[in-house]
Amino acid sequence: METIKKKRTGPVIFSEYKRGDAITKALSMTREDILFELKDSKLKGRGGAGFPTSTKWMLTAAAKSNEKFLVCNADEGEPGTFKDRVLLMEYPELVFDGMVVGGYTIGAQKGIVYLRGEYEYLLKPLEDYLEVMRKDNLLGKNILGKKDFSFEIEVFLGSGAYVCGEETALIESLEGHRGEPRNRPPYPINTGYLGRPTSVNNVETLAAVSHIVMKGGSWFAKFGTDKSSGSKLFSVSGDCEKPGVYELPWGIKISELLEIVGAKNTKAVQIGGASGHCVPKSQFNRTMAYEDVATGGSVMVFNESRDMLHVLKNFMEFFVDESCGQCTPCRMGNVKLLEGVEMIEKGEYTFAHINKLKDLGRTMQLASKCGLGQSSPNPFISILDNFKDEIFNAANGGRNGK
Amino acid sequence: MENKKTLRAPVSQKPLVIEKPENPEYIGGSVSIEINEKKFTVPLGTTILEACRQNQIHIPTLCHHEDLCVAGVCRICVVEVEGMRTLQASCAFPITAPLKIRTTSNAVRRARKHVLDLLLSEHYGECYSCFRNNNCELQSLAKEYGVDHYNFGHIQTPRYEVDNSSYSVVRDMDKCVLCKRCVRTCIDLQEVGVLEAIDRGHNTHIGTFWDKPLAEVICINCGQCINRCPTGALRANDPRDEIWSAIDDPKKHVVIQTAPSPRAAICEEFGMEPGTSLTGEMNTALRRIGFDVVFDTNFTADLTIFEEGTELIARLYNALVKKEQVALPQFTSCSPGWVKYLEHFYPEYVDNLSTAKSPQQMFGALIKTFYAKKKGIDPKDIISVAVMPCSAKKFECNRPEMVDSGFKDVDYGLTTRELAQMIKEAGIYLPEMPKSHFMPKSHFDDPFGEASGAGLIFGATGGVMEAALRTVIEFITGKKVENIFANADITPVRGFEGIRYAELPITEVGPVPKLIAHLVPDWNWLKGATLKIAVVHGTANAKKVMDDIKAGGKFSECHFIEFMACPGGCIGGGGQPIPTTPEIRKLRAKAIYDEDSSLPVRKSHENRHVVEIYDEFLTDGPCGHLSHKLLHTHYVKRGKYIA
Repeated sequence: METIKKKRTGPVIFSEYKRGDAITKALSMTREDILFELKDSKLKGRGGAGFPTSTKWMLTAAAKSNEKFLVCNADEGEPGTFKDRVLLMEYPELVFDGMVVGGYTIGAQKGIVYLRGEYEYLLKPLEDYLEVMRKDNLLGKNILGKKDFSFEIEVFLGSGAYVCGEETALIESLEGHRGEPRNRPPYPINTGYLGRPTSVNNVETLAAVSHIVMKGGSWFAKFGTDKSSGSKLFSVSGDCEKPGVYELPWGIKISELLEIVGAKNTKAVQIGGASGHCVPKSQFNRTMAYEDVATGGSVMVFNESRDMLHVLKNFMEFFVDESCGQCTPCRMGNVKLLEGVEMIEKGEYTFAHINKLKDLGRTMQLASKCGLGQSSPNPFISILDNFKDEIFNAANGGRNGK
Repeated sequence: MENKKTLRAPVSQKPLVIEKPENPEYIGGSVSIEINEKKFTVPLGTTILEACRQNQIHIPTLCHHEDLCVAGVCRICVVEVEGMRTLQASCAFPITAPLKIRTTSNAVRRARKHVLDLLLSEHYGECYSCFRNNNCELQSLAKEYGVDHYNFGHIQTPRYEVDNSSYSVVRDMDKCVLCKRCVRTCIDLQEVGVLEAIDRGHNTHIGTFWDKPLAEVICINCGQCINRCPTGALRANDPRDEIWSAIDDPKKHVVIQTAPSPRAAICEEFGMEPGTSLTGEMNTALRRIGFDVVFDTNFTADLTIFEEGTELIARLYNALVKKEQVALPQFTSCSPGWVKYLEHFYPEYVDNLSTAKSPQQMFGALIKTFYAKKKGIDPKDIISVAVMPCSAKKFECNRPEMVDSGFKDVDYGLTTRELAQMIKEAGIYLPEMPKSHFMPKSHFDDPFGEASGAGLIFGATGGVMEAALRTVIEFITGKKVENIFANADITPVRGFEGIRYAELPITEVGPVPKLIAHLVPDWNWLKGATLKIAVVHGTANAKKVMDDIKAGGKFSECHFIEFMACPGGCIGGGGQPIPTTPEIRKLRAKAIYDEDSSLPVRKSHENRHVVEIYDEFLTDGPCGHLSHKLLHTHYVKRGKYIA
């Protein structure tokens, strides 16, 4: 582990950090001070939705209850994302210290790591690490001698459903139920795990918190852009020479990123995973930031040899399988979109029908119950729009319609 | 009132319960909202759907049901809320701040149409071959939104096998729209929990534990899921064809007994307002259809009061005077859904169930013995049909122990819905039927022509208890019940409260009536005692009471408890017309109580035909040898785990 760690460098997340430091410092601060630092940092949730972390914690801290929970969302299921795994494997101190800080800030007594089912092999090392933390009094009763602050962390293994990355479905799953998103309102900050106020934060968010506590909110905000502060871990995969996890400041151009990872003859980049957006070559000067192309970190590179319809089909098959099946637009809508892709594949489509399906996609974005259904039509709409010359034209290797 | 708030929310469907303020007119108690540019003020916590409905703004719904907690899954009720990126499910959105809502914007209309198109694309089958034709919420929505073709295709081959393993409930998942009303009914309303969504995405379907057939899981057959299914995915196991064949067969003597609740609800199947009693019309129709004789299950309800009441007195006497170990409180056993619930969930308490059979099964045993002998008909030629508001009665008549007459005591259980269908098939429009004879002759055939109002009110929750009390009070005190309760209406046990408890002090006693003189010498042992009783309906409430009994709480000190599996009692049974709401159930109950108060005989022990039966046939009296053979039964300790 130690040897791997030395390889990674980065301005924020991968910068110097000593185990336990953030906890020590946070416990010497008031909860309000920590929240102010977070506010200054303008840190936004790294799972993809980008909700301001300071607001989430402030609301959870303000919720009235004698029992609160902090949940670390490590159900890293978005296709093409693997940064959380790297953090948990190589930098557990950042994540767990961030959780203790969070627990202290919002007044939670318990933290739960919801670990993706496929990461079962991480369970033992993480539990061993937590045991070491307990020995050093970084966890448990009266942490580092701080009276009235006790915090425990438990690792919970998911069962492999993509939708359980959605925070309310994750909570359902934690409670032992079928992983289905809940209606909101109520939001987890008021009514979360076991009906108690719960803050659900991404692994990377919590890692960033450890650095912010140590180095200050304004230091963090120096990196990145105005609305996208700090840096971001990008999980780069696909047609490039150096796939892997990269820490880069927000606001970097897609073309710059492609250069860093050694991507050649790139035709398109899928940003934000299967539910994200497909950016064609003509738009490679766009920037990765909440202001432009937002992402939870997944970057998939496709070169000229790739069939974009095939890429789209792969995504849609994924959503048909992974919809929780609860609400109509998502459960059935994805099936219809996949059928549309198959029609195009066989050249048995009409433009009228494809347009009807795009319309359906827009309804799914509006009327689905949770983020899964609201974002699953994104690749359908963006790939068909951005690559119509390729997909609908036999002269370009596509299929002509009827 | 059945209280929605106390219901336990099941998986995934936790509603945001915002206590509605007691005084909405106080500052902060109400919120001003704007719906379609009109201003309204609603109490804090009202959902958008409620706000719209209160103000005559129509919102279509599918997964919403008045009896159930919020799901928010069908997405047909979506509306636009200003400032929110996505459309919101109005059924699941409590108003806590001023909102601007649009219910008919372009995005909303398009979304609703899309949801419908999607549901129809996977809804296998055609409306004209479905029992819910003209009474289907999906069909109504399609009409409402002018669907004239399938935008996204229509499924041509079935995806699932029909599960007709159960005597009571048939499940056809190809018609399911995954609204999860049945799931919520089963786990939330009834706390049985047989049904849940299985698999994910496109493969999601409602199933049982390990997708076993319904007959092999702990389904109690209450059929409440059928009543709440918006489509034809759930229905009762229909015996119409067999009954028609029996009617057509000249060698068969087809007998029908009619329970009290169908006559108070069958009007709804003919488009009439709920709460219109059609007893006389229904009897005429039954005779025209070709049933040879028509009996009134209320007759054996009266008989049940004798048997079950005597059993209670015997249990109390054995416990209090003889100091024997006796299972108390005694539980009623008329509701087969409740009986099976107890057998599954509290098998250690089956001894508390009254051994008296339900009125349906008592009648079955009498028809093929007493009646057959009296009329000189070979019982093997008798086909005995029972019109019941119930799907569990179908299971009950097929219980292997229900053959005490030497034959299957009751051949077919027929629901109110199925009877209405038979009447329609016979070309009869029920409301136009002339009433059968009533005064001075009864609606029903001899030798069971007369039934009391006490038997009639068995149909509503609290009815069995009231009927029993009318008799027990007079038996013990020797005085008219009217002296204690005006008009013999024992109001403390009436109503729709899920669990009702009452205490009746016995201050004076009279002589022991001749009929039960062989059981107790006098009533002195009861003088000064207080009779503790309870009335429970809906198995979720039964669970609360049973858990209390287990913990040695208040209800463990009761003497007699009436349990009904279905909310509202039989009038809300799983065989009753669809839809069901608290309002409809109230109207049906009112119809029953109104008819009761119009009857000349309103107490079971004043039913002279019942007394005659004890003189003529069951000569060793209630709970005697012959009545034990024919009118009593035993139960099975089923437990929750079925091999």
